[in-house]
Amino acid sequence: MSEFLQQLLNGLSLGAIYALIALGYTMVYGVLRFINFAHSDVFMVGAFIGYYLGKLVPENTVWGGLVVLLAAMIGCAVLGMVIERLAYRPLRGAATLNVLITAIGVSLLLEYSGQVFFGATPRTFPAVFPSSNYSFGSLVISSNQILVIVVAALLMVALQLIVYRTKIGTAMRAVSLNPKAAQLVGVNNDVVISFTFGLGSALAGAGGILYALNYPSIDPLMGVMPGLKAFVAAVLGGIGNIPGAALGGLLLGTVETFVNGSQWSTYKDAIAFAILIIILLFRPAGLLGKFTVEKV
Amino acid sequence: MPPRETDWLKTCYASPWLRAALPLDTSMTLALRSSFALCATLLATTATFAAEPIKLGEFASMTGKEAVFGQNVNKGTRLAIEETNAAGGVLGRKLELITEDDQSKPGESATVVKKLISRDKVVVILGEITSGRTLEAAPIAQAAKIPLISPGATNVEVTAKGNYIFRVCFIDDFQGTVMAKFARDTLKLKRVAILSSVSSAQSVGLAKYFRERFTSPTTAIAAEQKYGEGDKDFRAQLTAIKAAGADGIFIPGYYAEAALICKQARDLGLKLPLLGVDGWESPDLIAIAGAAAEGCYLSTHFSPESKSPVVVAFNQRYQKRWGISSNALSVLGYDAAMLAIDAIRRAGSTDGAKIRDALALTTNYPAVTGSITFDTNRNPTKNAVVLTVKNGKFTFVQDVSP
Repeated sequence: MSEFLQQLLNGLSLGAIYALIALGYTMVYGVLRFINFAHSDVFMVGAFIGYYLGKLVPENTVWGGLVVLLAAMIGCAVLGMVIERLAYRPLRGAATLNVLITAIGVSLLLEYSGQVFFGATPRTFPAVFPSSNYSFGSLVISSNQILVIVVAALLMVALQLIVYRTKIGTAMRAVSLNPKAAQLVGVNNDVVISFTFGLGSALAGAGGILYALNYPSIDPLMGVMPGLKAFVAAVLGGIGNIPGAALGGLLLGTVETFVNGSQWSTYKDAIAFAILIIILLFRPAGLLGKFTVEKV
Repeated sequence: MPPRETDWLKTCYASPWLRAALPLDTSMTLALRSSFALCATLLATTATFAAEPIKLGEFASMTGKEAVFGQNVNKGTRLAIEETNAAGGVLGRKLELITEDDQSKPGESATVVKKLISRDKVVVILGEITSGRTLEAAPIAQAAKIPLISPGATNVEVTAKGNYIFRVCFIDDFQGTVMAKFARDTLKLKRVAILSSVSSAQSVGLAKYFRERFTSPTTAIAAEQKYGEGDKDFRAQLTAIKAAGADGIFIPGYYAEAALICKQARDLGLKLPLLGVDGWESPDLIAIAGAAAEGCYLSTHFSPESKSPVVVAFNQRYQKRWGISSNALSVLGYDAAMLAIDAIRRAGSTDGAKIRDALALTTNYPAVTGSITFDTNRNPTKNAVVLTVKNGKFTFVQDVSP
């Protein structure tokens, strides 16, 4: 039983990070109907901002950690908006495939310029937050795991409030529903899209820091696998659906952890993805997604 | 005869100088080293034809996940080449080292080794420190009949790839036995779990030998868990090992993953001894794992603390050249290069087949890591040492002979 609880906990803390990245994918898809493949590399940049800034603030302090977290979120938000402005906005209205290819291009550009500027060698991420372990019987939880779950939960609640309780959130939903109609009633689409990218990228930045705290070895290609898993999580939950992305992330993290701890650990990705395929067979729009007929 | 312009260009292109201009983080050290190589090349090509340098090719993980390995091996290799050149070279010619970076990636080794053979026309290939990437390059060297000497590929299969493939390190059959004996006899462990990588040739082999040698009527393998190269999360496997009631974990793998495994094991409250292999030996293991690495044990090829005069003298030269202390990787790199040079000298030729024959006849060659005599499978018989991590440093525990 305690092994089950421990694995559940491990799975939730991994899933919370997937969920944070998945939110970025899903938000951009919701507004623009395309997959921003560069998102996972924004996540990597977030971790590197933390790496360089982490050396300037005192280690093992809460305020130092929060400063690093905030700075990474702001840095990534700016990066996300710059990417949108330079790479995607000129292609607005072009075929989705063109934008998709551009996204892959931006992703590769970030990864390999990362190798040039940061070096390809893995770096050790500084311990910016104080860390300790708590045990409850045979159950052990580290403060970093708690931090991941708490920060992820807080950010998701904040996101939900922004989308449903603010003016800009209403505008986002309007653009998502029908961009042309939104423009007609006075919504500035460019501002809304820019804001969406900023918000999604900020979450990726936070995800980068939390990931690096738990797995303190970072390199320019670190975003590739978590990014892929988060994308799958977004599809699993129903792409374009915010609670769906969170649910998908948690589910994927938990399944992966349970398979990993079993004797079939060699096949963990195969099993995780097989589950995805089965779920999509029965619910093609994802767990929480609404099935809509494409209008021709 | 004045050198033809095309020849000059070819030499320039082949020299590592251009590659060093790549703005990777190792470029500074590469550039420094390469400026020597380039000077030597230019001098040599403008001098008489007979003094053209003998080219040795090296492929190493200068960047990427196992960058520490490649960079350390490279420092040892370069020291060997520089010392030989300072002593007048070999067969009356200077040596030139051409280093290619395989970026620690599968697939890249084959590409760079093909380049070394077909474009640079090297006479010997040195590398790689890891088994997986050596296994990839070995058939290419074998087909081209260019001798390949690996400094650290311990997987049993490596030299079975052909009669042109050699190594200067012990093999995993022995390394697995060393750790199994150490766990059973020295640490008195009864139930050890194995956490191995599915994608590393060395890890798969070591897990097999450890399992065979550790199992006895009183001792057993508690659990076997797997991970993939590049994985970052091992909590699931470690939780399962904890539940299986293991009293020790054998983790054959490389430092990048091993460091995270140590850290996560301690985070999960696992206070049992963690046993590693030669792939753990890197300052990065201690940098990433921090206090979690304390009290881990690993088997490796060499301890710089050894009091043998050969080792002490080597350490001094190495310290003087690089300003840092030596480790198993740099010594193996040095030994592989020196053995190649010795074979060229004994062969009296730069012909691949003749160098191969000279290498195969190597008997009691006094390498820094111990005397080298090749058996019929082109493997040397050598001692292993067990190290532990104490106060953030690798510390000698014991010497194990086969």
